[in-house]
Amino acid sequence: MSATLTAPSGTRGDHRTTGGPLTGLGTLLRFFLRRDRIRLSVWALSIGLLFLYAATAFATVYPTAADRQLRASLIASPAATMMAGPGYGLENYTLGAMVANEMTLTAMIAVAIMSILLIVRHTRTEEETGRAELVRAGVVGRHAPATAAFLTATVANAAIAVLSGLLLTGAGLAVVDSFALGAAVGVTGLVFAAVAVVTCQLTEHGRAASGLGLVVLGAAFLLRAIGDVQETHGSWLSWLSPIGWAQQIRAFVDLRWWPLALSLAAIVLLLLLSSALAARRDVGAGLLPPRAGRAEALPSLRSPFALAWRQQRGSLVAWGAGIGVMAFASGTFVDAAGDMVGEMAVDNPVLLELFGEQDLVDGFVAAMTTFLVLGVSAFAIASALRARGEETSGRVEPVLATTVSRTRWLGAQLAVTGIGAVILLLVAGVSLALGGLSVGVSDPSLGEYVAAAVVYLPAVAVLVGLVVALYGWRPGLAGLPWVVLAFGFLIGMFGGLLDLPTWAEGLSPLWHVPQLPGEAFDAGPLVGLSALAVALLAAGFVGFRRRDLVTT
Amino acid sequence: MSTPRTSQPAVKIHDLHKSFGTVAALDGLDLVVPHGQVAGFLGPNGSGKSTTIRVLLGLLRADSGSVRLLGGDPWADAVTLHRRLAYVPGDVNLWPNLSGGEAIDLLTRLRGKVDPARRAELLERFELDPTKKARTYSKGNRQKVALVAALASDVELLVLDEPTSGLDPLMESVFTQCIQEVKAEGRSVLLSSHILAEVEKLCDTVTIIRAGRTVQSGTLDELRHLTRSTITAVTTHDPETLAGHPGVHDLVAEPATDGTRVRFDVDNDDVATVLRTLTDLGVRSLQAAPPSLEELFLRHYGDELSAMDPAGAR
Repeated sequence: MSATLTAPSGTRGDHRTTGGPLTGLGTLLRFFLRRDRIRLSVWALSIGLLFLYAATAFATVYPTAADRQLRASLIASPAATMMAGPGYGLENYTLGAMVANEMTLTAMIAVAIMSILLIVRHTRTEEETGRAELVRAGVVGRHAPATAAFLTATVANAAIAVLSGLLLTGAGLAVVDSFALGAAVGVTGLVFAAVAVVTCQLTEHGRAASGLGLVVLGAAFLLRAIGDVQETHGSWLSWLSPIGWAQQIRAFVDLRWWPLALSLAAIVLLLLLSSALAARRDVGAGLLPPRAGRAEALPSLRSPFALAWRQQRGSLVAWGAGIGVMAFASGTFVDAAGDMVGEMAVDNPVLLELFGEQDLVDGFVAAMTTFLVLGVSAFAIASALRARGEETSGRVEPVLATTVSRTRWLGAQLAVTGIGAVILLLVAGVSLALGGLSVGVSDPSLGEYVAAAVVYLPAVAVLVGLVVALYGWRPGLAGLPWVVLAFGFLIGMFGGLLDLPTWAEGLSPLWHVPQLPGEAFDAGPLVGLSALAVALLAAGFVGFRRRDLVTT
Repeated sequence: MSTPRTSQPAVKIHDLHKSFGTVAALDGLDLVVPHGQVAGFLGPNGSGKSTTIRVLLGLLRADSGSVRLLGGDPWADAVTLHRRLAYVPGDVNLWPNLSGGEAIDLLTRLRGKVDPARRAELLERFELDPTKKARTYSKGNRQKVALVAALASDVELLVLDEPTSGLDPLMESVFTQCIQEVKAEGRSVLLSSHILAEVEKLCDTVTIIRAGRTVQSGTLDELRHLTRSTITAVTTHDPETLAGHPGVHDLVAEPATDGTRVRFDVDNDDVATVLRTLTDLGVRSLQAAPPSLEELFLRHYGDELSAMDPAGAR
C-alpha cells in the first residue's frame, strides 16, 4: 500500500529492528478475513449468481437475435440507459453485450456498497467503539489496520471477479471478456474501498464515514447516468466516474483494457491521500475537532420524539439532499424520453403503435420514481432499525427508567421514520417535477409527479412494519427487511427480464404499487398494503411490550 | 410527591427467578430495601445484580417470584412507578451528538420536575463540564452525567448500579456525601457494588448475593461477624494464648528472626481484647488490614475455590 515500508534506516541488527508502520499486518488480515468469512462469502456468491442467473434468463427470454434487437431499442430509452450503461453493442445486441450493458451496473453498485461497509467496519467503527485502542496498543504498526482492511477488500473483490468470470464463462460467454467484466467489477469495488479509506480519516463516526462513501458512489452513478444519456457510449461526464470507466471496457463488444488503468490510478492516489491524512490525526479522532455543545438543552428537548428527531435529523437532511439531486437530474431527461419516440419510429414503427409519446414520458417518470422510492425505503428501514441500535447500545435503558412507556418510546422512533419517509417521497416527486420543468416539460403536472411518489407510502410502511414486527418478536432478525428491499431493487430494475413467476415478484411490497402516471390509479393494492402495514406494526408493538429488553 | 411516604419497604423481592435460555441468572433471590434507608447490594461480577435491577425497572420480566417496587408491580406499573425513582446504569451510554448538559436535561425532564439550582450545584460538586459532547467523555464523566441527572431529581428511590466504578477517589467522596444527604432527606437508595468499603460507609443494610441467590442479608451490625480484619504481627513470646481466643480465626504462626510471626483474622468486635493479648505477648511490629470483599467472598465461595485448587484445601 501507499505507506511504503520505510526501509529500516541505519544498520541495526535486523532481528532487533523496531516495527514499521505495517507491523502486525498478517495477523490482522487473517483476523479480518476470519471475522468476515460468512459475510463476504454471501456477497461474493450473490453477485456471482446474479451474473449467472442474468445470463441464463436473458438467453431464455430473448432466444433470437430479433428478440434481442427489440430489447436493444427499449434499453436505449433514457430511463433504461440511466439504469444500465453506455449502450455498447446495441446495433448487434448479443447475449454478452446484454449482460455487460444491463447487469454490470447493479453488480458494481453492490460491490461498492460491500467495500465501503467493509472498510468502515474494520477501521472507523473499530476506533469509534474503542476496540482499535486495544489492537493498536499491541505490536501493530500505524497503518496496519487500514492496510489489512484494504487487503481484505482486495481478497473479497478478487474472489468476486474470478467467480463472476467463471460463472459467465460457464453460461457460455467468451472467456476473456467474461473475466474482463469480472475484473472491471472487482476493480471498481476496490476504488470505492479506497474512497472509504479516505472518508474514514475525515470523520469520527462510522455512520458518517460510510454515508460519505455512499455519497461518492451516488455521485459516480449520477455522472455516468447523465453522461450516458447525453450521448450514446457516454459523454465526457461518463469519464469522470469510476463506474463509467468499468463500463467503457466494452466487454463482449470490442474489448479494451486501458480504462481499468484509470481505476488503478485512482486507487493509488486515494490510498496516498489517506495515508497523508492518517499521519495528521490521532487514533479515534477525525480531522475536524469536535465542537462544544450546549450546556443546557433547548426547552424543546423534552420528549422521546424530540430525542429521536435530534438523533436522525442529520441523516434525514443527507438523504433528502441525495434523493433531491438524483431526482432533479433524472427529471431533466424527461424531454429526451419524448425525443426518443421520433428516433424509434424510424427504426421500428411497431413500437410507436405500442407506446405513444406520452406513454414513454409517463413510463420514464414511473421508472425513475420506482428507483427513487428504493432510496426512500432504504432510509425508512435504516431509520426503523435505529430502535434496535438504541437498545443494544444500552441508551434506551435510562429513557425507559423514566416515565416513558415502551409504546411511547417506540412510537416516537417510528414517528420520525414516518415523517422522514413522507418528506423524502415529497422531495423525490417535487425534485423530479422541477427537473422536468427546467427542460420545459410541463406534462405531467407537479401534482402527478408527487402522486406517483406518495402512492408508494403504504409499500414503504409495509417494509417498516416488517422491521418493527421482527424487532418486537425476534430482534436479532430485524435486519431481514434489507433482503426484501434488495429483492425489490432487482424486480424494479429488471422486472420481467428476470422471468420470475408473479407470486415471487409479489414478495416485494413495492411491486404492488400502481406505476403512476402511466398506469391507472388502483386503490385496491394500496388498501391491502396499508392493512398489512398496520397489522405488522401492531404485532411489533405487542411483541415489544411483552419481551425482555436486550442488554449487553 | 404524589403518594404519601409510608413505612412500607421501597423494594421487596422474594424468591425471584429469571432465566435467559438455559442459563439461570436469578435463582431464588431475596432483597429488601427498607423505607428511608440505604441498602447495599453486594456480589461479584455476573452474580445477577444488574439483572435484578433491570427486573426492578421493568426492563426484564420476572419468570417467577414476587417483586414489589414502591408498593407497585414493576412490570405492569412501570411508567407510574418511574416517576418516583431515578436510575444510574452501571455502564452509562449516552447519545453521541448530545452534550452532557443536554443529556441531563432530557433525562430529568422525562422524569418530571426540574430543579435548575440543584442541577447547577451538582455540576459544580462533580466538576463536570456540561458542554462537552457525550462521545468525548471518559467512562467516569459519563457516569457523572447519569449521577447528576439522578440526584437532581426529586424522587423517593434511587437505584444505583455500581455508580462509582469509574469515579476517582475525590469524586467518590463527593458521591458519598450526596448519598448521605439523600438519606438524611428520608429517601431510599439501592446501591449495588462490589466494593465492601463503599457499602460499609453508606449502607444501613446489606444483601450479599452469589450466582443469583441471596447468601447473606441483614443490617451491617448483624453482618459484623463477616467483617474481620487481618492482623500480622511479630511477637517475642510464643503466641499460643492467641489460638484459644474466641475472636481469632485462621491463625498461622511461623518463626521469624526476632521472634514469631503470626497472621490471623479477628472479628472486629474482638479487636480490643485481642490487642491486649498481643501486647502481653510483646509486640515488635503490627500490621492490621481491613477486611476486603475478596476475603468475604472467599469465605462464601471458599468451598468452590478449594475444590478447584486442591493445594488450597487444607
